Amino acid sequence: MAKMTLEELRKLREEQKKGLSRRDVENKDTQIIVGMGTCGIAAGAKETLNAFIQELEDSELNNVRVTQTGCMGLCYVEPTVEVIVPGMPDVIYGKVDADVARKIVRKHIINKALVNDHVYDKPAADIVEEGGAK
Amino acid sequence: MGTYNHYILVCGGTGCESAKSDQLYKNLIHECEKVNCKGSTQIVKTGCFGFCEQGPIVKVLPEESFYVHVTPEDAKEIIEEHIVKGREVTRLLYDKSESKKRAAIDEIDFYQKQFRIVLRNCGVIDPENINEYIARDGYVALEKAVFEMSPEDIIEEVKKSGLRGRGGAGFPTWMKWNFTKHAEDPVKYIVCNADEGDPGAYMDRSTLEGDPHSILEAMTIGGKAVGANYGYIYIRAEYPLAIKRLKIAMEQAREMGLLGDNILGSDFSFDIEIRLGAGAFVCGEETALLRSIEGERGMPTPRPPFPATHGAFGKPSVINNVETWTNIPVIIHKGGDWFAKIGTEDSKGTKVFALTGKIRNSGLVEVPMGTTLREIVFDIGGGIADGKEFKAVQTGGPSGGVITKDYLDTPIDYVHLKELGSIMGSGGMIVMDEDDCMVDIAKFYLGFCVDESCGKCAPCRIGGRTLYNILDRITKGEGELDDLHKIKEVGHAMQKASLCGLGQTAPNPVLSTLHYFEDEYKAHIKDHRCPAGKCKKLISYHILADKCIGCGLCARRCPVNAISGEIRQLHGIDQDTCIKCGECYHVCKFDAVYVR
Repeated sequence: MAKMTLEELRKLREEQKKGLSRRDVENKDTQIIVGMGTCGIAAGAKETLNAFIQELEDSELNNVRVTQTGCMGLCYVEPTVEVIVPGMPDVIYGKVDADVARKIVRKHIINKALVNDHVYDKPAADIVEEGGAK
Repeated sequence: MGTYNHYILVCGGTGCESAKSDQLYKNLIHECEKVNCKGSTQIVKTGCFGFCEQGPIVKVLPEESFYVHVTPEDAKEIIEEHIVKGREVTRLLYDKSESKKRAAIDEIDFYQKQFRIVLRNCGVIDPENINEYIARDGYVALEKAVFEMSPEDIIEEVKKSGLRGRGGAGFPTWMKWNFTKHAEDPVKYIVCNADEGDPGAYMDRSTLEGDPHSILEAMTIGGKAVGANYGYIYIRAEYPLAIKRLKIAMEQAREMGLLGDNILGSDFSFDIEIRLGAGAFVCGEETALLRSIEGERGMPTPRPPFPATHGAFGKPSVINNVETWTNIPVIIHKGGDWFAKIGTEDSKGTKVFALTGKIRNSGLVEVPMGTTLREIVFDIGGGIADGKEFKAVQTGGPSGGVITKDYLDTPIDYVHLKELGSIMGSGGMIVMDEDDCMVDIAKFYLGFCVDESCGKCAPCRIGGRTLYNILDRITKGEGELDDLHKIKEVGHAMQKASLCGLGQTAPNPVLSTLHYFEDEYKAHIKDHRCPAGKCKKLISYHILADKCIGCGLCARRCPVNAISGEIRQLHGIDQDTCIKCGECYHVCKFDAVYVR
């Protein structure tokens, strides 16, 4: 790279910050947990995961953590995804393909409304606590 | 730049590299390619995480899985299980409560009380990638310093911060800078002292390895403040990884116009050169360091004149150590007032300590000034290893002194350590337990200084040797009570009359252990007894008749065949043959061997 001016350095920093902030886990209050058990992967959870990451990228959301977990036990509606948004109930979505994933980002995370067709479980608080699913 | 599902951070500090983290890194990449996850997983080699006891360390994001003691062979499992299937490899997780419950990094006691300014980027960024440094607000301070601030503004900010030199003596940084700024000479130099030589101290090495750009940025800012256009980093050749990463960083910074002529298109120019030292302890002393940079023999010269006015090649020079420099970009970026809120009345900011010795969690620790020793040793360090009793902590390495149990609640800052007869030093912290003999420890540190003395001035050269001989006599049981008086006399003479810091501080460990553990010295002299069972001339091993079952293990292990006895019969040690290696004591499963 050639020598930079002040403006170029600032521009580069903004670009690089975006990249590094994805790694950062602080200040990320929203969580998307994708079930990546064998059943989930077989049902296409990888495409779902990639779709989430791409959609978050495109909508420039950087307060969201996308993590993976094992099988959630709802194997009949895989791929399953748990979405945790502060101030909203924790929701498990089922049959989440790439399109639904994009819908979840736009509707649930940005507009704070549930994607009703795909809600499969709103786990009771005590189960979440005890099971350590959180 | 792609988008990644996973980030794997592998520690690439010297500690972890010597535990094969480099091979682990390569294996991870290889395994990742095998399962076609290369595009979705970023593997980064970072600087030291500080938790060296548990190394090699691997952190996987976004799950924040904190894997410890990871071997190259574990790479396959991490990739196949965690990355592909999304299941944490529980057996590698840091075991917080022995229940294998997953511990997130912020739940680990070791990290909870720490506050990281100097180590802000260590274990977070790839030190060989300037872009990651820039992304973490790197070179923001440089922008400010070059384009928005006058030299006076910069020094004022450093003054407000209250930053004091982290190399040991704690001289206010802004004052040094101000002296050099006002020295009338067209040529001035900036020097970074990276000649870290205390036994057991490695914070500067880890900082250089984990965050080399912060030093370059800081020195450039210093150059602007005092009107210097050239800087030297004096680093010992024994730090090859730090040197390599510094060189890469310098090359990247030059290419991007952050170092060299007309920085960022401004009219300010600054460049840096690395000078390698041969690893002499005395070259950490600033005047000796300057002579070494000039190509002379590394020997100190009397001060005044001070380096601030007559430094490298006779020109006014600012010398600060690595840790001091690393604070500078943060102070300029966040402001001196922000920095001054951290720490105590006269010691601002944080201090990095290299915690070693008989401690459970060895490693690098950064805490706000004023944190108590108890918090560092017991909360962060996890207490003494193997359930032994805490005895003392040596701070300041061979120039410092011991702090005993009674003073565990002393807040650590420049003033309090001095009151206790120790010093902050560069930040080595060696923890000792009941098995450590204080006379032996004092002899060890003094021996180090005697070896490292340059020999230029008599108090250090002769005084050090005299003191050493006295201690040697005492550990052999040949000491006299008058020796204790002599120790004080010679020690105080060295403190007053030596030319440089090495000789002035060399008696500190002796005087301080004598002050706090006079009984132990007396036991050696009067009773010919070493209470800790360490001094070989004064101890002997014996076998307890009622505990020995005659298994013969000790006899088989004894390297000099000093133990004899029939199987299932009481064994005995021949004291004339015994070399007191302690092997029988350690191997006996029935506690039948004891030290007297």
